[in-house]
Amino acid sequence: MATIQKTLKGLWSLIVGLKVTGKEFCRPWITVHYPRQEVTNLDSYRGHIDLVPVSANPLKPLCIVCRRCEEICPSGCIHIEGHMPGEEKEAPVRQLLLISNVLLPHSAAREPVCATDKTLRVLDGFTLNYNLCSLCGLCVQNCPVSSLTFSQDVYLAGASRKDFELDLLQRLKGRAGSAKLKHAA
Amino acid sequence: MTQILQLLMHPLVHLLVALIALLTFIALNGLILVYVERKVAGFIQRRPGPFEVGPHGLLQPLADALKLVGKQLVMPREADRILFWAAPLLSFTPVAICLLPIPFGPHLLGLNVNLGVLLVLAFSGLNVLALCLAGWGSNNKYALLGAARAVAQSVAYEIPLLLSVLCVAFTCGSLNFVDITASQTTHGLLSWNVFSQPLAFLIFFVSALAETNRAPFDLPEAESELTAGFHTEYSGMGFGLFFLAEYSYMIVVCAVASVLFLGGWSGPFFSGHWWMLGKIYALILIMMWFRWTYPRVRFDQLLNICWKWLIPLSLINLLGTALIINLVR
Amino acid sequence: MLDKPSFSLNGDYYSSRFSELGKGEGDTLILNLGPQHPSTHGVLRVIVELDGEYVRRAEPVLGYIHRMHEKMGEVKTYVQYLPNMGRVDYLHALAWNWAYVGAVEKLMGLEVPSRAEYIRVITCELNRISSHLLWWGAYVLDLGGFTPILYAFDDREMLMDILQIPTGSRLTYCYYRFGGVSADLSETFLTQTRSFIERFKTRIPMYHDLVTENMILRGRCEDIGALPVEMARRYGATGPVLRGSGVAYDVRRMEPYSVYDQFEFDIPVGKNGDAMDRYDVRMAELKQSIRIIEQALNRIPDGPFINPDLPDRILPPKGEVYFAVEGARGKIGVYLLSDGSARPYRLKLRAPGFSNLHVFAELAQGTILADAVSILGSLDLVIPEIDR
Repeated sequence: MATIQKTLKGLWSLIVGLKVTGKEFCRPWITVHYPRQEVTNLDSYRGHIDLVPVSANPLKPLCIVCRRCEEICPSGCIHIEGHMPGEEKEAPVRQLLLISNVLLPHSAAREPVCATDKTLRVLDGFTLNYNLCSLCGLCVQNCPVSSLTFSQDVYLAGASRKDFELDLLQRLKGRAGSAKLKHAA
Repeated sequence: MTQILQLLMHPLVHLLVALIALLTFIALNGLILVYVERKVAGFIQRRPGPFEVGPHGLLQPLADALKLVGKQLVMPREADRILFWAAPLLSFTPVAICLLPIPFGPHLLGLNVNLGVLLVLAFSGLNVLALCLAGWGSNNKYALLGAARAVAQSVAYEIPLLLSVLCVAFTCGSLNFVDITASQTTHGLLSWNVFSQPLAFLIFFVSALAETNRAPFDLPEAESELTAGFHTEYSGMGFGLFFLAEYSYMIVVCAVASVLFLGGWSGPFFSGHWWMLGKIYALILIMMWFRWTYPRVRFDQLLNICWKWLIPLSLINLLGTALIINLVR
Repeated sequence: MLDKPSFSLNGDYYSSRFSELGKGEGDTLILNLGPQHPSTHGVLRVIVELDGEYVRRAEPVLGYIHRMHEKMGEVKTYVQYLPNMGRVDYLHALAWNWAYVGAVEKLMGLEVPSRAEYIRVITCELNRISSHLLWWGAYVLDLGGFTPILYAFDDREMLMDILQIPTGSRLTYCYYRFGGVSADLSETFLTQTRSFIERFKTRIPMYHDLVTENMILRGRCEDIGALPVEMARRYGATGPVLRGSGVAYDVRRMEPYSVYDQFEFDIPVGKNGDAMDRYDVRMAELKQSIRIIEQALNRIPDGPFINPDLPDRILPPKGEVYFAVEGARGKIGVYLLSDGSARPYRLKLRAPGFSNLHVFAELAQGTILADAVSILGSLDLVIPEIDR
């Protein structure tokens, strides 16, 4: 008798399961049907980093070429080229002690350093090898002048690794150019 | 002129036309069912299913079929050549014969066979042999395990299948599908056998699920355990034939179930092949519903269900039917 | 009588006996389950010796996804190692984050402000829910039910969107920092978490209706792989695997860290230690995590989200420390040996999956292959964590 009761209870559970899937069958899709639709919550997403321009001049990055980001990057994907005005392009002097630092996040107790009047070094090139980046955010958080920010570039696709070796300085200039065009229009 | 007409009326010509029509029906159904299965799966899982190939993915099965036909036919080195290639052919070929005695409409019948039920059951049993050959001939451990399971499962579930069909044969007094359909048209909807033999219908449906290796009884094809069971080594059209055969056997058992239990082509306002197709497709949709809802039954539990529940129940049903018929007479 | 499995360093049992086996040993079949799996265990290879359908011997072979995380711990500095922890076990990445930053904080004596502790609790419990949901979906997928994983992924997508707001990532979070977290919780996060909790409370009954009460699933899970407590202790199993056998050992209760002693939550335990008990323990843990999150949301204090007086340099003093947290799979431990320099001298990661996996070798002996697969799924293994 107990087995029959158990069996009937089991059979009822099968019907309950069918009811659940039957109900779900009639409900709308929950997937975002790319490319007809796109996701809408990208503002907090960590895409690859981008340079932040000085507010007065959209072509000039805030970067002071201190190389903190280059040294703290766990994957070694940032390559910076810069020089002191009046000198040749120099090989970077590695300050090994710097790499165990941790700077506080931007909004905490740190005054923003104004880059324009104190910057001596000139940034010649800033390459990000996005193939190796793990989106940890250590570079963004440890920049003393907050010159790096995450982009929201999600829909990236490329045919080779070269497509992901990004020249951030050129990207900055490209954004400035298109902003100027938009402004002119 | 009359001689040509007489030639056209020859029963062999009738049979040939029926076979061609049934093969076309099976092929079309294969395409349609693949699409419906994927769409039903998608909607149950709250996603679109195929969408890109053709409007709403309607050409997807065609693209799949073309892909399968275009693939290279690969055979493992130590596999038995004859058995390996005979298996998918043996799996697919009897389907047309199985559909011959089934009346799809009042005048749509391939072959009027007095032992129609026996014919269908006998030829659908050839599928077991095909699975066996596929598993053994592949020279693959996974295929062998899958085939062993599939053979045990199919052989076990033929018994309750047969017993539940026998109940209908007892009530109707004939093994001819045409007579069975006719016996269900007497009092409209209520004379359908599903109302007089509900237990037999359930047992038949469950056994049909097991015979066609559909979930929750799809252990021979259990992906997460055995890669792909008995058809592991098949790619391209070999796999395509097994795939097509599986859907075709679904149609066969659903067609048999509709004729035996749901009144065949008879329907309330108008009789005809549309009702028959509607019933077949309703049963197939229920089979798909089961597949996407339930997990797999373990193999020994599967055989336990058959031996400890279905066979005793169908025997009791059979004896009860015999008793009631004798009392009524 | 089946002999107890023993392991050697000369390779697996079958490769080292290749010449002897197959010479009249009996009618056993040696089969590989994996390393490529149709289900989401990861790259685990299990060599199974079958006698018909019965498993005579099962041997897991590891190392297919060994990524040398512990070596990287010796080569990178403390700060540079943070993103690694999100990738060890990406399903409960925040727990591994916590174990590492907790170890360094313990060694250096860094204080964590209480708002940061609450943020860590909320995010870690949300991550635990998402990990258990994926386990649930993948387990039922292993057993042949193709639909529940997609329902679980619906909830997981909401969780990933919620956790994206403070962390910026969807899976491999690198959110905790030494002395706190890297960003504060915004109002959007709090509203979305609350509405997720309300919705999730209606989803759990649906999961029970569809799967837990299902006769077929119960037949696959009940009385399968009963793990006696003594065997669990021998192997060092922790987490739901141990709690399913009746031992109420949870690191959050036994060795409380952070602010867990301020929350009220139960520790669900099972009775027999079979697969169904482990399943029930994990489903009950979902409800307990919701309880913890609700309490934390109501009581979260204001304040800084990271210690404002962090030292300029992360240079722990010479010494060793062991810090453990309760992950979704069990007790996650980080052992750190520092020699006072900028890089750890030795960083050992204790993965709960490693101990849980080897229970399988002994449990699977004598069972049917289908049961062995069910046992493997019920142990909730993530192979990247096991291989590190």
